[in-house]
Amino acid sequence: MSEADGIMRLRQPISVTYNWSAGPNATSHLNGLLEGTLIGKRCPGCSLVYFPPRNGVCPKCARILGDDVVVGPRGTITTFCVVNVPFLGQKIKLPYVAAQILLDGADISMQHLIQECEATDVRIGMRVEPVWKDRSEWGPSLENIAHFRPTGEPDRDMGVEAGAS
Amino acid sequence: MSRRDVAIVATAQRPNEVGSTLTSVELILPVINDVIAKVGIERQKIGFWCHGSCDYMSGQPFSFVAAVDAIGAWPPIVESHVEGDGALALYEAWVKIQTGECDVALVFSNGKTTSGPIDRILNLQADPYMVTPLWPGFDSLSALQARACLDAGIMTEADMAEVAARSYRDALNNPIAYAKENVTAEQLLARPYTSAPLRAHDCGVPVDGANAIILAAGDAARSLAERPAWIRGIDHRIDTQRLGARSMTESSSAAIAAAKAGVGNDRIDIAELHAPYTHQEILLRRAMNLGEGTHVNPSGGALVSNPAMAAGLARFAEAAESVFSGSADRVLAHCTSGPMLQQNLVCVMEGE
Amino acid sequence: MSRFFLSLQEGRLEGTKGSDGRVYFPPAEFDPVTGEQLHEWVTLPETGTVVTWSWQSEPQPNQPLEHPFAWALITLDGAAVPMLHAVDAGDMARIRTGSRVKVRWAAERSGGVRDIACFDLLEGAS
Repeated sequence: MSEADGIMRLRQPISVTYNWSAGPNATSHLNGLLEGTLIGKRCPGCSLVYFPPRNGVCPKCARILGDDVVVGPRGTITTFCVVNVPFLGQKIKLPYVAAQILLDGADISMQHLIQECEATDVRIGMRVEPVWKDRSEWGPSLENIAHFRPTGEPDRDMGVEAGAS
Repeated sequence: MSRRDVAIVATAQRPNEVGSTLTSVELILPVINDVIAKVGIERQKIGFWCHGSCDYMSGQPFSFVAAVDAIGAWPPIVESHVEGDGALALYEAWVKIQTGECDVALVFSNGKTTSGPIDRILNLQADPYMVTPLWPGFDSLSALQARACLDAGIMTEADMAEVAARSYRDALNNPIAYAKENVTAEQLLARPYTSAPLRAHDCGVPVDGANAIILAAGDAARSLAERPAWIRGIDHRIDTQRLGARSMTESSSAAIAAAKAGVGNDRIDIAELHAPYTHQEILLRRAMNLGEGTHVNPSGGALVSNPAMAAGLARFAEAAESVFSGSADRVLAHCTSGPMLQQNLVCVMEGE
Repeated sequence: MSRFFLSLQEGRLEGTKGSDGRVYFPPAEFDPVTGEQLHEWVTLPETGTVVTWSWQSEPQPNQPLEHPFAWALITLDGAAVPMLHAVDAGDMARIRTGSRVKVRWAAERSGGVRDIACFDLLEGAS
C-alpha cells in the first residue's frame, strides 16, 4: 500500500494453478512442433486447412476438424505492420515487422516476425521461410521458430487471397 | 407493452465427467449441434445466441470469445456473453425475445470445473478487500451458513444428509449424473467432516459439463416442440455482498424472486433447485414455500454434478424436459450465484 | 476505505456509524438505510464474539494460518454486523458459537485485512 493525498493503494497478488488441456484435436499440431513439422488440420465440411488448428474446430462450419495436413514450411506475407513503438519487456530491436503469413497448403494465415531484411523491404506477396531456434530450446510451441526471413523467390500475387485470409 | 409468450423448446446436456481433456470449445460444440438437430431448424434461424461461462475458470482473459468458434458464427450472428451461469444468459435471451428483436434464441453454458481448484477460483468472486485476501473458499463460507442454520434449529445434520441421500438415489435414474449411490442418510452421517459442519456429501461434486437450450416465442415455439415449457414468470434478485450484513438463516433474495415469478400461485410438481450445498436446498425450499407435493431435484441436482457456470442452466434443462415428457405440468427452475446464495434466479414454467 | 486500511496499518479498528446508530465494521461507506455517505468514525475494541464458524482441517495456500483453524463470522464488541476472519483455535472442540475472541495483529502491517493475522480465543471467557 502506498499513500498519496490520503488515498490508499492496495496490492493484493492472486495465484491459481490450472491443469490446462490443449484438447485432442490440437495435440497432433503441438506434437508436430516438437519434431519441427508444421501440422494443420482440414475441416471435413468446407475443406479449409487451419494452421494453427486452435481449439480443434472449424468456426465457419461448427465441426470438429478432421485430417492432419503438413503445411509450409515456406509461406507468403498476406499483410504486415512495422513496429516502431517501444514497450516494457521488448526483446527485438526497433523497427521490426510483424506479419500475417499464409503457409503453403494452409488456408488461414498466422502471425510471426520477419527478420534478416530491412523493414522497408517487406511487402505483401513476399515469400518467407522459418528460421528455427536451436533444437535444445524447442517445446510444443510456435516459439520454436525464431522468426521468418525472405527466401528470395519471386513474389506471389496474393490478390483476393490476401483479403480472404 | 404486453409480455410475449416464450418457451423452452429443446435442451441438450453432456454427460458430466471429471478431468475432461477436451477444450471448452470441444466440450460445447457437440451439445450445440445436438440441440439444433433436436428442433431441426437451420442455424441462421437462430436470432440470438447467449453464452454463460467464467474466464477465471480457464485462467484466460476473454476465453469466452473462443466459444464463438463452437457456434458456427458465419455469416456473422447476434451474440452475447454473461460472465456467470448459463441460466443468467437464458434470462438475457428471454429479455431479448421480449424486445421483439428475435423469435428464437440459443443459450449455452460450459464449465471445465476440474481444470483448476474451483474452491479457490470462486473465491475471486468475493469481496476483494475483506474476503478474497483471506482465501476462504466457497466450501468454508457455505459451512458458516450451515452452522448458523444448525444453531438456529432450522435443520439438523440428519436433515442435510437426507437431502444428499435422496439426491444420490435419484441420480441413479439420471444417465448424465456424475455421483450416484444407493445410500441412506444414516450411512452418510457416519462419514467424516470435510469443512465442518459439512461432510463431503453436503457439497456439490465439481464436474466438467456443458449444456444448451433453445428458447422460442409464440407460434415459433409451438412449431418447434410438441409440448413447449412456457415461461410464466422469471425474476432475479441479489442480496448484499457484505457477508455479515445478511441473514445466514434465510434467503430474502430467493423469497422475493420466487414471489415475483409466481411460484405460490399454484402447486409446483417439480422444482429443480440449484443448491450446491445440502443446507442451501432446505433454505431455498423454505424461502419459496415448497411443500411436500413438490419433488425437488429428481435429476439429483447440483449435489451430484456441479459444473460451475452450467449447473444453473442444467436445472432449466431438467425442469423443461419434465414438461416435454408430460411427467409434470408446472415446474420451477432456479439458479444461484455468488457465495452463500447471494444471487437467486427463479423461473416458473408450464405445459399447455 | 482508505482511512480504514490506514487505521489497520496503525493497529486500530475503526468502523463507521450509520444513521440508525448501528456501527459497521468493516466500515460501510454508505448508510445501508439512507444511502448517505457516512462520516462518523468509531474506534472499536479488539475483542468480539463468534457468530458462526466452520473448520478448515487442511489449510490451503495463502490462507491466514498454516495449521488447522476455524473460519468465523465475528462481531466486534460494539459493532452491529460481523466480519469474516480466521480463529487460531488449535482444535475444533475448543471453539463454539458464542466463543469470545481477540485480534492478533500481524507483525508486519501494510494496510489491509491481513493486518489482522487472525483471532485468538479468550481463555475461559466464553
